[in-house]
Amino acid sequence: MTLTINDLKSKKQYADKSFSVIVLLGGTTILVILAVIAYTITNRSTDAFRIAGFKFFTGQKFVPNGTPPALGILKYIFGTALTSLIAIVLAVPISLGLALYTTQVAPQWLKKPLVALTDLVAVVPSVVFGLWGIIYLAPKITTLYKHISDLCDGVPVLGSIFGKVGSGRSFMTAGLILAVMITPIITSIAREVIETCPQTDRDGALALGATRWEMITGAVMPHSIGGIVGAIMLGLGRAMGETIAVALVIGSSAAITSNLFSSGDSLPAVIALQWGEANATAKSALIAMGLTLFVMTLVVNFAATAIVTRSTKRMQGAA
Amino acid sequence: MTSVMDQTSSPAPVPSNELLEDLVGVSGRRRTKNAVMTGLMFASVAIIAIVLGFVLVTVISKGWGIVHTKFPHWFTDDIPPTARRVGPGMKAAIVGTIVTTLTATVIAVPLGIAGAVYLNEYGKRNVFARLLRFLTGVMAGVPSIVMGLFIYVFWVLPRHQEGLTGLAGAFALACLMLPIVVRATEEMLKLVPQNLRDASYALGATRSRTTLTVVIPKASAGIISGCLLAVARASGETAPLIFTVSVGASAVHKTNWNVFSGPNTALSLQIYANAKETLASAQDRGWGAALTLIALAFLFTLVARVMSARLSKKTQ
Repeated sequence: MTLTINDLKSKKQYADKSFSVIVLLGGTTILVILAVIAYTITNRSTDAFRIAGFKFFTGQKFVPNGTPPALGILKYIFGTALTSLIAIVLAVPISLGLALYTTQVAPQWLKKPLVALTDLVAVVPSVVFGLWGIIYLAPKITTLYKHISDLCDGVPVLGSIFGKVGSGRSFMTAGLILAVMITPIITSIAREVIETCPQTDRDGALALGATRWEMITGAVMPHSIGGIVGAIMLGLGRAMGETIAVALVIGSSAAITSNLFSSGDSLPAVIALQWGEANATAKSALIAMGLTLFVMTLVVNFAATAIVTRSTKRMQGAA
Repeated sequence: MTSVMDQTSSPAPVPSNELLEDLVGVSGRRRTKNAVMTGLMFASVAIIAIVLGFVLVTVISKGWGIVHTKFPHWFTDDIPPTARRVGPGMKAAIVGTIVTTLTATVIAVPLGIAGAVYLNEYGKRNVFARLLRFLTGVMAGVPSIVMGLFIYVFWVLPRHQEGLTGLAGAFALACLMLPIVVRATEEMLKLVPQNLRDASYALGATRSRTTLTVVIPKASAGIISGCLLAVARASGETAPLIFTVSVGASAVHKTNWNVFSGPNTALSLQIYANAKETLASAQDRGWGAALTLIALAFLFTLVARVMSARLSKKTQ
């Protein structure tokens, strides 16, 4: 069989065309998967929404096998919000310190080990942090909690925040573990953003007689603040969705309280812990909780991605 | 992902510390503030190092015992059927983790690389590519438990008990890996110089041939290291597996090499199940499984690091 030049050309074009279709399909899977996630999960949640109505979000009782079933998840939303808040409050200063130390202070030889240290924290699986938290940390940290609680006893606001200590499995312990887990995410994005700060800006600040800290607050931070806010929000999204570590250390007793040392429950933790014994109604309610969580993280991540994209664009313009 | 990028970008010159500290004419207050803030920055490094050290030392010291007593039974025996029974055996979970993660990799990596090739070589700055890039970020932020629920509803539910397989777990893990692979691969493709593509076009190569024989091979080390980081991340996931591979976290004790049929288990599931137990015999197995899982994840990360280091040396 002989091939003419034209045959070869059309064959080549055919191969070229089909390759472009394949890669386009590869890219489109992301769009398709996200759409299917949204559709299937919403579809399965309708039972729960039909039973509970809007009370799903405002009700405080969750007894899916009762007659009639009570499906209120407010306590779990509270738990998710509170643990994520504790995690953010603790993780942000540490992450910023880590990112600034790595980029601005550390000598050249120390930079790579510091980056590796941060990445190493990210490699430890969340369930290992959970195991460590429940067996090792929770029993030991109660003494510290008791000290803080005794110190704050009687003080107006602090007394109710750092109140009675239970088993050590609490909002606070969950927040602590979450803080460790989101630190590498915030740190690595903050580091990248900070590194885009032009050397000339920093040299300029130093030439004007600024100390290193003044150089950081005067030149580096104004340049990077948008990206850092985005990084923090990505960390928040991760903290809200973290399941296993929280499920193990939060103590699993739903409560709305200002006491950080009390045990509570969060959306993902409830889904994981109650899944095994769940009947059909309960499964629908748990999937509806998943949907709530999905929407919450979606909002946070949309905002974060928009902020990071906008600020990187502006920085590229400036550089 | 980030570390790969850090190592490929050239380091900026830093003013030496001595120069900064010897500044004359700086008032005491400003000098103190600078010193205090530098101290706090160092303290945050110390805190993270201490916490990581604590976790690792605990896991190693508590896990080593069960892994090495009666070696190699930890790796060759099935998991004891009751929590009360003392002693090793974690083969079922080790096999489960390996087969589900491997299957997830086989699904996610080709799709992710194809997607990244579309974004960087075909779509570039057009509206659809920009949308996909945005959605990749969104997908990376979807909680892993939601991925598990999704696969449960989409795949397991229509198949009832038969749906609970390693394959279902692999689907959920693949969903988690996909955005990571896309992002890492796109970053690596971006680093391939345009003149290599131009040279290939000038020789008469088509776009597909250029991509397959010039662009991807050039970026391959970086792509592989990005994929390995995604694998390391997926191998430690627990939440997506709860709904997809077996009825409960501790339901399966026997080794199942077949991803396509029969329930399975994983190291992460065993850690989760044993962490909830109060018996020392079960907790010991939990620590052992944690040590095995961390070792596995670190191994992947280490290989990824070595590969990216070799890549940056080659391109410099």
